[in-house]
Amino acid sequence: MNTAAGWAKRPESRTGVRKQRNRIARRLFSISAGFIFLVLFAIVTMLVQRSLPLWQNVSLPDFLTGRVWKPDQGLFGLLPFILGTFWTTGLGIAFALPLSLFSAIYLAEYARPLTRTVIKPVLDILAGIPSVIYGMWGVLVVVPVVQTTVAPLFSRAFPGIGLFQSSNPTGFSILSAGIVLAIMIAPILIAIMYEILLAVPVGLREASMAVGASRWQTIKYIVLPKATSGLIAAMILGTSRALGETMAVLMVVGNVAALPRSLFDPAYPIPALIANNYGEMMSIPLYDSALMAAALFLLLIVLSFNILSSLALRRMLQ
Amino acid sequence: MAECISIRNFNVAFGNTLVLKNIHLDIPCGQITAIMGPSGCGKTTLLRSINRFLELSDHVTIKGEILIDGQNIYDPQVDPIDIRSKVGLLAQRPFSLPMSIIDNVAYGLRIHGMADGKDLHRAVRHYLEMAGLWEEVKDRLREPAVRLSIGQQQRLCLARGLAVEPEIILADEPTSALDPISAQNIEQRLLELREKYTIVLVTHTVRQARRLADYLVFMYLGEMVECGEASAIFSNPQHELTRAYLHGAIG
Amino acid sequence: MNPQSRLRRRLARIEETAFLFLMRLALISVVMILGWILATLLIKGMPVLSWELISQPPQGGYYLGGKGGILNAILGSLYLAAGGTLLALIAALPVVFYLTTYLHQKTRRAALIRLALDVLWGIPSIVYGVFGFLIMLSLGLRASLLAGIITLAFLELPILIRGMDEFIRTTPEELVQSSLAVGATPLDTTLKVISRQTLPGLITAVLLAFGRGIGDAASVLFTAGYTDHLPTSLFEPAASLPLAVFFQLGTPFPAVQQRAYASALVLTIIILVISFISRWLISRFNKYLVR
Repeated sequence: MNTAAGWAKRPESRTGVRKQRNRIARRLFSISAGFIFLVLFAIVTMLVQRSLPLWQNVSLPDFLTGRVWKPDQGLFGLLPFILGTFWTTGLGIAFALPLSLFSAIYLAEYARPLTRTVIKPVLDILAGIPSVIYGMWGVLVVVPVVQTTVAPLFSRAFPGIGLFQSSNPTGFSILSAGIVLAIMIAPILIAIMYEILLAVPVGLREASMAVGASRWQTIKYIVLPKATSGLIAAMILGTSRALGETMAVLMVVGNVAALPRSLFDPAYPIPALIANNYGEMMSIPLYDSALMAAALFLLLIVLSFNILSSLALRRMLQ
Repeated sequence: MAECISIRNFNVAFGNTLVLKNIHLDIPCGQITAIMGPSGCGKTTLLRSINRFLELSDHVTIKGEILIDGQNIYDPQVDPIDIRSKVGLLAQRPFSLPMSIIDNVAYGLRIHGMADGKDLHRAVRHYLEMAGLWEEVKDRLREPAVRLSIGQQQRLCLARGLAVEPEIILADEPTSALDPISAQNIEQRLLELREKYTIVLVTHTVRQARRLADYLVFMYLGEMVECGEASAIFSNPQHELTRAYLHGAIG
Repeated sequence: MNPQSRLRRRLARIEETAFLFLMRLALISVVMILGWILATLLIKGMPVLSWELISQPPQGGYYLGGKGGILNAILGSLYLAAGGTLLALIAALPVVFYLTTYLHQKTRRAALIRLALDVLWGIPSIVYGVFGFLIMLSLGLRASLLAGIITLAFLELPILIRGMDEFIRTTPEELVQSSLAVGATPLDTTLKVISRQTLPGLITAVLLAFGRGIGDAASVLFTAGYTDHLPTSLFEPAASLPLAVFFQLGTPFPAVQQRAYASALVLTIIILVISFISRWLISRFNKYLVR
């Protein structure tokens, strides 16, 4: 580079201009960074403000524990939707967790370099597929399978257990939503868990194997205990993704606002509630306010999950 | 002189780079053999081939034989786990396992089902004593091992390795991460252990080799240049490169 | 070796084999599911995909099985995502510059900004939809291309900044210091050294954000609306591909549902193309970078 030579000949005034420009840029850029916090702040405050009218007519406990949602009668009980959200999310995580953990362990500990280079784009593509596509695939593949095969099978196999009894003839159900959700969050979970496992120092693995432990013993006694908090953080992150997932779930879950009793019952998660009713919410008093309160409830849960997992993951991966 | 480890026509490549070229070497029993050479000469690679650690890396190709007690450890029939129980490793930096002091020492014993209950405690004490750590940790055996100082941790790693009763101890620059006093302590242990074990030590300092080695191997760019009795090589190196290295002209 | 420890060894090996089997099974299922999804899309969508479908907007009676296509949604989606990405880029660049130029990697302020960005990234798109909707109301807009673009810009902003930030952080510290060492200001360093070094990374982040924007339905549902007309004005509603899939799938007519499959195929192809371009860019430019 000849910058050094040119620099020496440069007159003082040019230097001053450059320094000045640097200072101004710094000021401007730091203001723009504040914009990030402004957005976060604005999202929360706008939702709070918009949901305020509701609290003059409905108390918070009634809102969160009420079982009846009839906006035209002024009844706003969110419980069916809360349960719908937790059921679908819980099921999604329950399916995704073993799938992701096993895959991530294999990739980090056993897979050959070639396998890794093949799997990476597969995960990227899976993570990039839009949720309506997952939803459509769920409608075309998962829902019929649940309807014609899984539901009858479970009803017959476990006659006494309510959880597995199907009174829903359609297949649009919590189970379908859980399966679709699991497939959607698995690629994200695998990618993060893989990184967490790689962050466990090679020296620890070698220390274990040097005394004659097998790979699996090393994983079981050393790698997994060491990575536990990171893996939990990854799971929380996956949960928060699943909690907010809208379109794919909405398309396969049935959208019936009742308390679900069985895996084969339809449900109505909060994101679906918001998405389905934005059109009419302005025509009924307090409806918009109640929907904003529901969105706020969802947001606060997701935010706290996100903060928790981001902090934990950052510490793990540094 | 009896050889414990015989290395025959041994070649190692990472990808397309040949790291060890046709190594032919006998390592004597019950002595400290020091492997010296400038960095990048393949001395750590050679060490890691003796407990079959090389195959943990990607893209590695291994050719040739290493015989321990007459058995080729690269025979496909051989389980690397057996080799690693027979050949202990003391790494460059101490890696305490994320568990208590006592569990660190007991780790290998439990894995192999070698001791339990009262036996286990007695065994742990025995190996901690051998590593010269017992007096310092006897009241805090249940504490996490990472609370120990680096030097103590390295001795803990030594005890952990000794506990599975190996015949051979590989030491990969075991003092390079330690303060001088801890380093001296480790050197002392190695000298004490020499009578019962065959020790292969990779070292980057000529002075350490002078202090510890009975037998000396000098390597340069993946090839073994010279080997023999330490005293003989130090007083009269046969090869120009060895002479230059010992006088500090290279490396 | 005594018999007891031999038994122990054998049990351990059986355990490892069993878990290895489960792990391979898990990984293979993940790959197969991707194959299954793509195969479903192709099998269902390919027969319906036609030049008419992608070159025309819906004609009369389209949603009853009449003539026409989804050009409105294709164009609408491209406009929405392009506009959203452009707007997000304008807002993102100064933040990226600030993060990389003036803050050292480990400062608390940088960590705080990155945390906020990660948190923003995790906010569900439905919430961005609601947020965009409220902004739209307060600006006195109605559901329109512009409102959709603004909403998508918010959605894409954290993806864009974090994506660029991650790439720039791979710049070797020495490169930055060698520029500072010859007396360049931090601003000069960023503009002349880092930006050149990380350009492919920046383009990749833009493509990633674009892909996220074009595929998102929940955020434009509220804000962009839907129309059978081709988008002509920022203040008119605009159709989008994800919503085209969603609405057409929701009709009771098989002929229209099939068009949903074809629309889904078009959307997926767009996203795959974007993903391949960015992959190609990375592998191509990686060769020229100082690492």
